[in-house]
Amino acid sequence: MQWETVIGLEVHVQLATNTKIFSGASTAFGAEPNTQACAIDLALPGTLPVANEQAFRFATMFGLAVNAEIGKRSVFERKNYFYPDLPKGYQTTQLAEPIVGPGFVDLELGEGRTKRVRIHHAHLEEDAGKSLHEDFAGMSGIDLNRAGTPLIEVVTEPDMRSAEEAVAFAKKLHSIVTSLEICDGEMSQGSMRFDVNISVRPKGQEKLGTRTETKNLNSFKFMEEAIALEVERQIDVLEDGGKIIQETRLYNGDTKKARSMRSKEDSNDYRYFPCPDLLPVILDDDYIESVRKQMPELPEAKRARFVEQYGLSSYDAGQITMDKFAAAFFEAATEISGEAKLTANWIMADLGAYLNRTEQRIDHSPVTPRLLAGLVVRIKDGTLSSKIAKQVFEAICNGEGDADTIIETKGLKQVSDTGALEKIIDDILAANIAQVEGYRAAAEDKRAKMLGFFVGQAMKASKGQANPQALNELLIKKLNG
Amino acid sequence: MHQFTIAELVTGLRNKDFSSTEVTQHYLDRIARLDNTYNSYITVTADIALQQAAAADKRLAAGNAPALCGVPIAHKDIFCTTGVRTSCASKMLDKFIAPYNATIVENYLNSGTVMLGKTNMDEFAMGSSNETSWYGPVKNPWAIDCVPGGSSGGSAAAVAAHLAPAATASDTGGSIRQPAALCGLTGIKPTYGRVSRWGMIAFASSLDQAGILSRTAEDAAILLNDMASYDAKDSTCVERDVPDYTADLHKSLKGLRIGVPKEYFGEGLNPQTAKLVEDAIKVYESLGATIHSVSLPHTHLAVPAYYVIAPAECSANLSRFDGVRYGHRCENPKDLNDLYMRSRSEGFGAEVKRRILVGAYALSAGYYDAYYSKAQKVRRLIKQDFIDAFASVDVILGPTSPSPAFQFGSKTKDPVAMYLEDIYTIATNLAGLPGLSIPCGLVDSKPVGLQLIGNFFAEGQLLNAAHQFQQATHFHQQSAPGIE
Repeated sequence: MQWETVIGLEVHVQLATNTKIFSGASTAFGAEPNTQACAIDLALPGTLPVANEQAFRFATMFGLAVNAEIGKRSVFERKNYFYPDLPKGYQTTQLAEPIVGPGFVDLELGEGRTKRVRIHHAHLEEDAGKSLHEDFAGMSGIDLNRAGTPLIEVVTEPDMRSAEEAVAFAKKLHSIVTSLEICDGEMSQGSMRFDVNISVRPKGQEKLGTRTETKNLNSFKFMEEAIALEVERQIDVLEDGGKIIQETRLYNGDTKKARSMRSKEDSNDYRYFPCPDLLPVILDDDYIESVRKQMPELPEAKRARFVEQYGLSSYDAGQITMDKFAAAFFEAATEISGEAKLTANWIMADLGAYLNRTEQRIDHSPVTPRLLAGLVVRIKDGTLSSKIAKQVFEAICNGEGDADTIIETKGLKQVSDTGALEKIIDDILAANIAQVEGYRAAAEDKRAKMLGFFVGQAMKASKGQANPQALNELLIKKLNG
Repeated sequence: MHQFTIAELVTGLRNKDFSSTEVTQHYLDRIARLDNTYNSYITVTADIALQQAAAADKRLAAGNAPALCGVPIAHKDIFCTTGVRTSCASKMLDKFIAPYNATIVENYLNSGTVMLGKTNMDEFAMGSSNETSWYGPVKNPWAIDCVPGGSSGGSAAAVAAHLAPAATASDTGGSIRQPAALCGLTGIKPTYGRVSRWGMIAFASSLDQAGILSRTAEDAAILLNDMASYDAKDSTCVERDVPDYTADLHKSLKGLRIGVPKEYFGEGLNPQTAKLVEDAIKVYESLGATIHSVSLPHTHLAVPAYYVIAPAECSANLSRFDGVRYGHRCENPKDLNDLYMRSRSEGFGAEVKRRILVGAYALSAGYYDAYYSKAQKVRRLIKQDFIDAFASVDVILGPTSPSPAFQFGSKTKDPVAMYLEDIYTIATNLAGLPGLSIPCGLVDSKPVGLQLIGNFFAEGQLLNAAHQFQQATHFHQQSAPGIE
């Protein structure tokens, strides 16, 4: 039987506000446990929450970026459950009246394929603290630094049909929130966490299959793996005549295995009700417009601009603008080199590979826009062949200085000088009389192929530094006598 | 010295008739000597009081002291006080010391008042008799075998027994006005949002409001001037200037339109109480006010709606008391669930548990619409009743509670009978309106309270009406028998 996969996502995005959503404590990551939790975060009696305006601004920006209706009236509710890292015994979140209503995101999947993923809604809420189960024999430690960090939870419609689409959506969302600078995008620190709802159904069937939810995936790679694994598991179960149980699952990226965490029967009754300590928040049109005006350029708009302004292909522009730091790098380097297409190629290919290999971020790249531009300029003006350019790039990566310094000290300058090239060619022709005779005797249409032999010999003799175009021209001239 | 009102203390301190240290020491001595009988204080802060009094005397000597400088008062043990235990009369918080002051405590510190101690109350303010306190019941100075009312029973008894010239209190469904009535005092619950709730331990957040128990309306006005403030730390606090509440005290009541709701004089009201309220109406007529019959048709729904909304909110508000970070924790928990269950079972008393259970039930899946949603609809109707009534009257008048102080144990077996104690006061909290109770006579030698309800932020008008009544009557000057 042919199966169709159906995927919906719930994404927790930590907002990069200076302070927590309901208190003045800092949200910085990595501090000593419990040093960034004030009386409100600890839920000491008599303390009260005050909503953070910046969190509303960020959520509004997000809503505008995903073409959503902004909730002009949004209401915080209490979601009641007991857990040691949830100090108040309830999470303050939104349910009936969220800040962001229905919207959508358009994906480009390569080869011209596109996909629209609908956003059901996105709501503001507070994060919980962390329970630390290691380090304390027989006990758990609680770190409340994260408690009260603002989140938006983005809930999609079940519109994705493959891991590829789900990952493309996740990457797009990452690119949107980092471009807006409302989230630092540090997935390894939990700044974006993905819950994936997965079901399968026979192709052509309208009715959705029973879904499972795999929680807390914090990398695109794990997400892709977890989806593949779960789809396979569900199909196996169904093909063996079994039934899918609605449950929450956990995927372990190290062991590449998933396990059931709890079934739907164990689910809590959260007893939601509007939080009486926080009044409904009303956003008027002026506020929403003022937020719209403050918004940084979105990836979509930037892509269009890169096509228009720099003459990049739509695909290249899409690749570069996916990461706002890559886009900024590109613009800075192009400004210096004046050569957009070549700069884009180098960023996507060699620089990208180097940063991947060394696990560095482009905004912290030791190869700066100025260094890359220096290289591009020397390729463009013919000083470097593309082959030698790769050597120079390696040297730049090794911290040996800028392109001009490396060219100078290593003597890697491309030989375009006619006198020097003539000398090399004359030597080669003299050493290969038979081949020269053969060339001259051959018909015109065969000659092009035979030319390669002489080019190869000459390049070798020049240690790769001969300017290929100048070499070609001179060779043909000499061979033709 | 303990006969003085706040107004008289202010004058005496300013005229150097006595020092703050003298007044404070006098009250501390009285508390030490007499409070074994009343149990009105949970914590007496003698050392702090004397330090604050000494500091106040210096400020008074320097001549630039604020009005209330050097005046001793007591705080209900629901208000957090830096460095001093705040128990909310619960075993759960028997060892809890907050690292911050409630905003109202801070306001009174800034105005130089002296804190005598923290007063007893019903546990987490849940009760109408002060019988649910973990620190034991409070005795009514007027009748030692009777309750002082609740939940601010300790504040009321302390003021009635002259163990404090006035005290702070809080009112969620009548917790200031009913004890004021039962102990022969003036008690005011301001408009919701008039006074900051920061640092006041929450019972039902949408209903809780801090206020004052004092011996006269003038004292309440003086004290409210410093209690009320806008506070950015409380999102429900209203940004609105605080008027001088003493400014209008002496205004004539000529032309004041007083509404008397017929629903407040039905079944359940003690006939002698009703008689005293009717006498009070005549006093107001003699002062030039006009009396109008009004209707608050949803009054009978106030108690049922309240006992869904307040428990629902408290069920969440009290979840933080889980034995994890502070408060009572059971011995040797065997796992997390055991820690939660035993810490909470041991830390909370029966009435608190009852309300948490009722609230959790009212919010649970399948019952939310029938209980919580419906109660919120009723709440809107009740508020609308008042808005309609205030279209034609300035103040609404009625009894504060159905009957005078009752004996210990007489209502503890029947929660509903206890809940009906607040039948006339609860609607005010549901609507968010200010309300006030003043003494209007005695029944069986026990005080009866007259309730005045004002429009939103009309505290000045209420205090004016109360003060004028007290100028024309002597009920507020009566002391409990045996109180020297």
